[in-house]
Amino acid sequence: MEPVSEKITLDNQLADWYFSNRDLLMSSSSSVFNSVRPAAMESFRKLGIPDASFENYKSTNIPKIFLSPLNRYIEEKKILFSVDDLFHCDIPELDTELVLIVNGWFYENRPRLQVLPGGMIVGSMAEAARQYPDLIKAHYSKYADYEKDGLVALNTAFAQDGTFIYVPRGAGSDRAVQIVNVLLSPEDLFVQHRNLVIVEEGATARVVVCDHSLSARQFLTNSVTEIYLGPNAHLDYVKLQNENDNCNQISTSFVHQERASDAIFNTITLHGGMIRNNVYTCLNGEGASNQTLGLSLVDETQHIDSYTFVDHAAPNCTSNQNFKYILDDKATAAFTGRILVQPNAQKTLAYQTNNNILMTSDARVSTKPQLEIYADDVKCSHGATVGQLDPMAIFYLQSRGISVREARLLLMYAFGHEILGKISVEPLRERLSDLVDKRLRGELSRCNSCPLHCQETC
Amino acid sequence: MLSIRNLKATINGREILKGINLEVKEGEVHAIMGPNGSGKSTLASVLAGRDLFTVTGGEVLFQGSPLLGLTPEVRARAGIFLGFQYPVEIPGVSMTSFMRTAINEQRKYRGLPEMSATDFLKLMRDKKALMEIDSALASRSVNEGFSGGEKKKNEIFQMAMLEPKLAILDETDSGLDIDALKTVATGVNRLRRPDNAMIVITHYQRLLDYIVPDFVHVLSGGRIVKSGDKSLAYELEEKGYDWIKEENEA
Repeated sequence: MEPVSEKITLDNQLADWYFSNRDLLMSSSSSVFNSVRPAAMESFRKLGIPDASFENYKSTNIPKIFLSPLNRYIEEKKILFSVDDLFHCDIPELDTELVLIVNGWFYENRPRLQVLPGGMIVGSMAEAARQYPDLIKAHYSKYADYEKDGLVALNTAFAQDGTFIYVPRGAGSDRAVQIVNVLLSPEDLFVQHRNLVIVEEGATARVVVCDHSLSARQFLTNSVTEIYLGPNAHLDYVKLQNENDNCNQISTSFVHQERASDAIFNTITLHGGMIRNNVYTCLNGEGASNQTLGLSLVDETQHIDSYTFVDHAAPNCTSNQNFKYILDDKATAAFTGRILVQPNAQKTLAYQTNNNILMTSDARVSTKPQLEIYADDVKCSHGATVGQLDPMAIFYLQSRGISVREARLLLMYAFGHEILGKISVEPLRERLSDLVDKRLRGELSRCNSCPLHCQETC
Repeated sequence: MLSIRNLKATINGREILKGINLEVKEGEVHAIMGPNGSGKSTLASVLAGRDLFTVTGGEVLFQGSPLLGLTPEVRARAGIFLGFQYPVEIPGVSMTSFMRTAINEQRKYRGLPEMSATDFLKLMRDKKALMEIDSALASRSVNEGFSGGEKKKNEIFQMAMLEPKLAILDETDSGLDIDALKTVATGVNRLRRPDNAMIVITHYQRLLDYIVPDFVHVLSGGRIVKSGDKSLAYELEEKGYDWIKEENEA
């Protein structure tokens, strides 16, 4: 079969799945989701699963990961397990509000929506759409453009549940919301979840997302997250990807920022088979600032592909993209960073860096900056490096009695430190630093030592 | 402690060391002086095991055992310390984790258990006080953003932490103003013991006012061309290195 017809078959299968389940989808969901579904499906039928003919998807073969036979469900398949058996948080200092999502569905170990002191609401996206349709409607599908990306269209057409976080005007505490996305199933599974984070004017949110697989099955996740920051809002968002290497993941996030808001969006990738992360940022109000960061440690045949797009739509905004990869064995990686400075976005500061360390001659990375600047009073820079560890630094460490292996570990750890250092929640930073250290030492078996300390059920 | 016999070394096929002979005993401080390009730093690098250089002849015994076949880390664990002329900046590696790794690797080699966190921090504190090191220095990344003086002080601090048997200090005085030089020299002198030894490599006699050597050797053209006591350093300062060259050529 030719690749083209393979893709058409795949696109048709997914569309058929939609039409044969449309009534069920519509009847089980809120009108907020349903009102967008038909248009999203129409868009998916035009775009389909992106293959290499799409400029933004040249580095990763997306149709291939959709071609393995995976089970797909419109209704939640109840997976019963004892949360206490699986998890205990070993960062006691990290006092988090936990949201557990299993195979894309909110896990009812606690109320589907919780209103916390200060008015913050966290819980199930499906439930939020039922209880607060007007609030959701104001943001849902407003930032995630399903007309440009078939994967976003697919997610929107099938959207049912995921995580919802709402921080009302002026609210917020140091307490982080921890979202744990667990893949747990006796069979191979296709999972989509849809998340929405609303941080209103002057509010603060800290969000920690942990992606884990607890079954040694093959999973494919296609998730979409929309994030809105009102004027002067603050967001610190850390996503830890640590699924088993049979899991493939496409994660697309849209960060929409209004005046003088600031956001850190940090993705730490440790394990997982083929991972594609899209982060779209729109700096829509004057004086907004954004840091989109990534640290990936990959080996064997892992593949990590990051695509970032920062749209400077207002003047006096600052953006900084910094992605670091360490590739061992035959791992492959790609980074594409696009910066768009619109004609009115004077006094823009936009920076982009992608630094890579290749541990073997078989590892491969491709890096591509794209700058489109339509304003004349701006400062923009981009830079990429691909290299090995500094032999002089290794000798320096050796001369103090440190073995080459330890020296290399220290240097790799140091390389990643710039990204880890940006994590503002200190116990989390320490814990993630420790995880990265373990990952570098090859001591991290997928999920046995995540911040939640999953036990050996993998 | 250290016997260097007819040591020859090349870099990219060019011979830099052309037959070095040197005996260093416990408790001694040897100064090696010489003009630029005479091979001083090469000698230090070869003794520490840098693989940039190829040893083409001779042998080196350290405490009676052959040294040249060992990796740099094994030499360090056996008790050799190189104070770098240009200490390397390692962003992201804190001084604390650097030193803890080094000490524990050395202890492992000697069959000792890892040092407890409490003991380690106490050791750091004591040595910082001994070396008059700013506390903040230790929490920073290795040499990152350090001034020239801080970098050299940090080398001596590491030496204090690791307590080597033989310290080779490669142009520790270069780039230091007189105050920094005094501090560094004071630190070094505090580490002098009857059971260890030092090789102090320097271009200028100035350092030797503060670290007083037992022996002075002049390296020129890859060979030690003259040896003497500390008065040789003053003679060199007065007459310049051309004097040695002329004397050799004569």
